[in-house]
Amino acid sequence: MAIDGLGKILKEHPFFADWGDDYRELLAGCATNHRFEAGEYISREGQPADVFYLIRHGSVALEFPVPGREPVVLETLHEGEVFGWSWMVPPYKWAYDTRATELCRAVSMDATCLRGKCDADPSLGYELFKRFTPIMAERMQAARLRLLDVYGSAR
Amino acid sequence: MAKTAPIDGGAAADPMVPRPFRIVRRSRELADTFTLELEPEDGAPYAFEPGQFNMLYAFGTGESAISISGDPAGGKLIHTIRAVGSVTDKLQALKKDDRVGVRGPFGTAWPVEHARGHDVLIIAGGIGLAPLRPAILQILANRQNYGKVAILYGARTPGDILYRKELEAWRGRFDTYVDVIVDRADAGWNGKVGVVPKLIDLAAFSPEDTLAMVCGPEIMMQFSVQALERAGVASDAIYVSMERNMKCAVGFCGHCQFGGRFVCKDGPVFTHAEVAAHMSVREL
Repeated sequence: MAIDGLGKILKEHPFFADWGDDYRELLAGCATNHRFEAGEYISREGQPADVFYLIRHGSVALEFPVPGREPVVLETLHEGEVFGWSWMVPPYKWAYDTRATELCRAVSMDATCLRGKCDADPSLGYELFKRFTPIMAERMQAARLRLLDVYGSAR
Repeated sequence: MAKTAPIDGGAAADPMVPRPFRIVRRSRELADTFTLELEPEDGAPYAFEPGQFNMLYAFGTGESAISISGDPAGGKLIHTIRAVGSVTDKLQALKKDDRVGVRGPFGTAWPVEHARGHDVLIIAGGIGLAPLRPAILQILANRQNYGKVAILYGARTPGDILYRKELEAWRGRFDTYVDVIVDRADAGWNGKVGVVPKLIDLAAFSPEDTLAMVCGPEIMMQFSVQALERAGVASDAIYVSMERNMKCAVGFCGHCQFGGRFVCKDGPVFTHAEVAAHMSVREL
């Protein structure tokens, strides 16, 4: 897909919606369109985290493999959400498996390309961090809420 | 939005005297949750509003405040109960034709009438779906009177989903949005995994014209209210059902005092605006 087409797709995604056109066009050079079938694994735990994804349509399960058991689903993510923050955190490896639970259309952002652009323009890196940090905080808050086991018995 | 007001549900002349009812049906919902269908021994009609509760008396053991979960138009008294203590354990052990004492109905109701003409968000967690079921049934029976209707439900695991068949039936309607999320699941579950507030972000509604009814564990309600307010729903358009240790159910004993209010008499349904200041007070 042409970069201008990807720029339009990025503009429609909540993660990039409020960015200036100049940044968005710059980042479109790091973007690739994807389609994942239901059940298809998008990433595997321990693999190099060289991309993050923007979900345009469909759902993705974040799973943790457990030897001898069905994988545990940590969370599901849906249209308008982002996954793959491991690209920002050493050692840059996926922390879990990700699997499309239904037909999923997504855009990947190449980490090497992004890091290069961020090194060249630190304010771009700052903008990216400002957007990723609330997502990471929200996920952590949700995980803590589930740790409380609020629906468990009060006995 | 209108404030909730206590309702005189036509309780017995002396609200402290239990009225004998007989169990006509008993069904298992989940491992620790069951439903009792009760019939008054005196045959007199029993009326209630969605959101109200009864004090159920397990003879020889004691009383417990239990929300009514039946259809207000159905003419039956139905309670879905979770066994979490001595009284509810005893109620769980009762069989068809056994007797139960009933005092009530007590308390304020969900604003089902007030919600006419508005979008309605019904947000439940765990056993919190039971007190909302009468409101859901009343709204769906008069569906044409409401804007968008969304039922958002969170449970611990897929095996803990209450009223599963009804949720599926409601989801099958073309005029109602139903979404379910669980705290944890294995890969065999194809639905959503996460916390209830996430469902609020995914639902379509007009925040300035929405009335939300929220029931579940208090922490879940607090996070849901935060998500609703972030989305633009006003605090006085968010209704919550509070739970405290209710004993007399008529505001005499003070066990359920919550700030300047009694949950049994002034609640259990409050607007969030009414109780927000006290929900954040520890040990209240």
